[in-house]
Amino acid sequence: MLKKDIGLLVLIIVVGAVVAIINPRFLSPINIANTANLVGLFGIFAIGQGFVIITGGIELSVGSVIALLGVIFIDLIANQGVPWPVAILLVIIIGFVIGLIHGLLVTRLKLQPFVVTLCGLLIYRGIARFYTHDATAGFPFGVNFPTLEWLLTGRTDFLALATGDSLHSLPLPHSFVFMLALAVVMWFVLHRSVFGRHLYAVGKNEEAARYSGIRTTRVIVSAYIICAVLTAIAAIFFAMYTRSILPSGHGNFYELYAIAAAVLGGFSLRGGEGSIVGVVLGAILLQILQNLVNLLGIPSSLNFAVMGTVILIGAIADQQFARFREQRGRMRSRVSETADG
Amino acid sequence: MPVLSDLPVRDPADEPFIRLSNIRKTYPGVVALSDFSMEVRAGEVIGIVGENGAGKSTLMKILGGVTQPDQGLIEVDGLAHDAFTVEDSMKAGIAFVHQELNLFDNLDVAANVFIGREPRKNGFLKLIDSKKLNETVQPLLDRLGATFGPTTPVSRLSLAQQQMVEIAKALSIRSRLVILDEPTSSLPLAETGKLLEVIAGLKAQGIAVIFISHRLHEIVEACDRVLVLRDGCLVDTLEGNEINHDTMVRLMVGRDLKVVYASPATARGDVALRANRVRTTAYPHQEIELDLHKGEILGLAGLVGSGRTELARVLFGIDSALGGSILLNGDEIHFASAAEAIEAKVFLVPEDRKGAGLLLDLTIAENVSLPNLRVYVRNLLVSRSRESAQAEKSRDNLDIRAPGVSIRARTLSGGNQQKVVLAKWLAMDPQVIIFDEPTRGIDIGAKSEIYKLMRELSDRGVAVLMISSDMEEVIGVSDRVAVMHEGRISGILARSAASEENILRLAVGKTV
Repeated sequence: MLKKDIGLLVLIIVVGAVVAIINPRFLSPINIANTANLVGLFGIFAIGQGFVIITGGIELSVGSVIALLGVIFIDLIANQGVPWPVAILLVIIIGFVIGLIHGLLVTRLKLQPFVVTLCGLLIYRGIARFYTHDATAGFPFGVNFPTLEWLLTGRTDFLALATGDSLHSLPLPHSFVFMLALAVVMWFVLHRSVFGRHLYAVGKNEEAARYSGIRTTRVIVSAYIICAVLTAIAAIFFAMYTRSILPSGHGNFYELYAIAAAVLGGFSLRGGEGSIVGVVLGAILLQILQNLVNLLGIPSSLNFAVMGTVILIGAIADQQFARFREQRGRMRSRVSETADG
Repeated sequence: MPVLSDLPVRDPADEPFIRLSNIRKTYPGVVALSDFSMEVRAGEVIGIVGENGAGKSTLMKILGGVTQPDQGLIEVDGLAHDAFTVEDSMKAGIAFVHQELNLFDNLDVAANVFIGREPRKNGFLKLIDSKKLNETVQPLLDRLGATFGPTTPVSRLSLAQQQMVEIAKALSIRSRLVILDEPTSSLPLAETGKLLEVIAGLKAQGIAVIFISHRLHEIVEACDRVLVLRDGCLVDTLEGNEINHDTMVRLMVGRDLKVVYASPATARGDVALRANRVRTTAYPHQEIELDLHKGEILGLAGLVGSGRTELARVLFGIDSALGGSILLNGDEIHFASAAEAIEAKVFLVPEDRKGAGLLLDLTIAENVSLPNLRVYVRNLLVSRSRESAQAEKSRDNLDIRAPGVSIRARTLSGGNQQKVVLAKWLAMDPQVIIFDEPTRGIDIGAKSEIYKLMRELSDRGVAVLMISSDMEEVIGVSDRVAVMHEGRISGILARSAASEENILRLAVGKTV
């Protein structure tokens, strides 16, 4: 764990403790389970966003993709009679293709990621609304998918499962469990695999990475595909969680939650910096902030303002801290520089 | 700012206007400068030479007022300063032209000269008075003999011309002393001559110049007086015809040894890499024919912009050739990326060490393993212990001076950074290595070591292609010298025929 991650963890604990003292309901099992569910849902695509940000890119179409793939998924299983495992596969394939297109536009046509994904944001939102004729997509009365619902929105008390019901703990929402498992896998991918190292190298200095024999196009396209596929998976979780989707509003601003989680987690928008632990902690902090607004009786209209303020303070603190470290470093290097100059 | 009524022709025997006496500066554990004295008179060109670490930078910082000396006296026009600050330095008319140019290439020449000091029109908006700006800058450019005007965009200027803009900037604040810090290290041969002319022009106008360079023959050409620094001490001052290459090197290094150029131990072998009618983006209509043999060092000389770097990029798969074919050991190859070249054991040590050769934020070990990361994988994951084992080995073999292999490449000196770039390729059993300006900005000690490594490689049968604008290096290191002129090979010289004159003639398109 990096120092930055520890700092963020401390912040989460402090904020959590303050909220818990003011309103003990913060620690009630139901509140924890709800918050964990949201952390899981947002965490899944925030991790994906992290991969793109490490390359120095950005993915702005996340919210629109969640809306589009959500309505497609519901339509497939509720109206078209497609078996849900097939529907999941189809939606993931669409996600894959979206990521591939974004990646190719960025690398082959050398378009700026901001532009490519901003257009994506507009296009997918428009298609989603057209797809349902701007109506809400939902399940007709009496249509149920018990297995799917249990898998994606259920909760399991893992301690009870492991000890054969002799011990009990908090039942954990499956979205959260999935996100944790994903985070573990992605931690290895990002921090310990060849691909992960290449990703950092490309983000730090694409030119030098190319001269070191890294196939930079492939690395960058892969990052966009990972992001879009994880977003597709999140879209399915969201669809089953909300059960009805208003295509004009579903998923609005979600890309900004993902970017905010990454920035809070120590990612640099210039690329080459960030960790999985950081982005997960960032997603957790964001949901705690949302929760805090509700629990402390702050008008919910101030929701975004609270979030923005905390992120801003975090960014300022981080910048000042970095400057302090740099100054200390410069003092040292000035001495050594003079030693050889 | 000093008020000079006009620019009188000064008598060189004038009293010195800047005098440093018994300057001493120490940093914890290091004496950076000790008992140093110098005088600067109007219209003299003073060379300062010394290896990296000799105290040149400290001296510059003191003259610039950035650092205060621990002891000693700085006098300007006979007036002693207790603390010589940046402001005092500017008031004394000292201007710096740094090795790395600080120009805005999206602006024109005049805007750069007066950046931050733009003349304004009267009126509410205080708009920039472009007319006055250009009128002020034109005479400055004339004095330097510039062939470009104040409204030329900086992006269209060559490096030497950009340096002239920097010098014009110095003149615009009425400097009396212009300090040129390694101005020629990035300049091609022809442009270097131009800069030396500019220096002569400044001298004629009574402006003093301090000229710092690693290229000693330029010092010989330009300077009236040379101060040689070693380990923070002024070891000697050379004047007139005492200024020569061997004396300077002897004084700088402290012994008679200079760079040793080893001759090849083995005869050259078969052709390893052949460029057959290759065309590059630099000169789309010129064809390049070049054979690179196993076990030889082939120097590739020529002016900057003659298409050498573009050829290297094509051979290494960064760019694709516009036409022609490339043969590796007789087989035609088409590298679509550097990754493919690397698989074929064709490597490049690029010109831009910090931007392309290395990832400055990665550690030494991570840089060394990067091109070949799969080899370091155990159970699907990159094994850090394997990485550091290889890096330790490279560190010993190449004598990379670093406290450990897990420190960032950014913190290393230029010579050691270049050794890390080399270590990447040496760990991978090279067949062909292309060096693009391998020793630019590297001090003599590290240079020698890099030459030795190149020779060891060629003696092992590796084909080495060395692009270099440093004449001394081309002649000393190469077994054969190919010279490029405007996108084609204008001639190939055997070691015995590779004289400075022959190379220059070919470089400008004449025949030998």
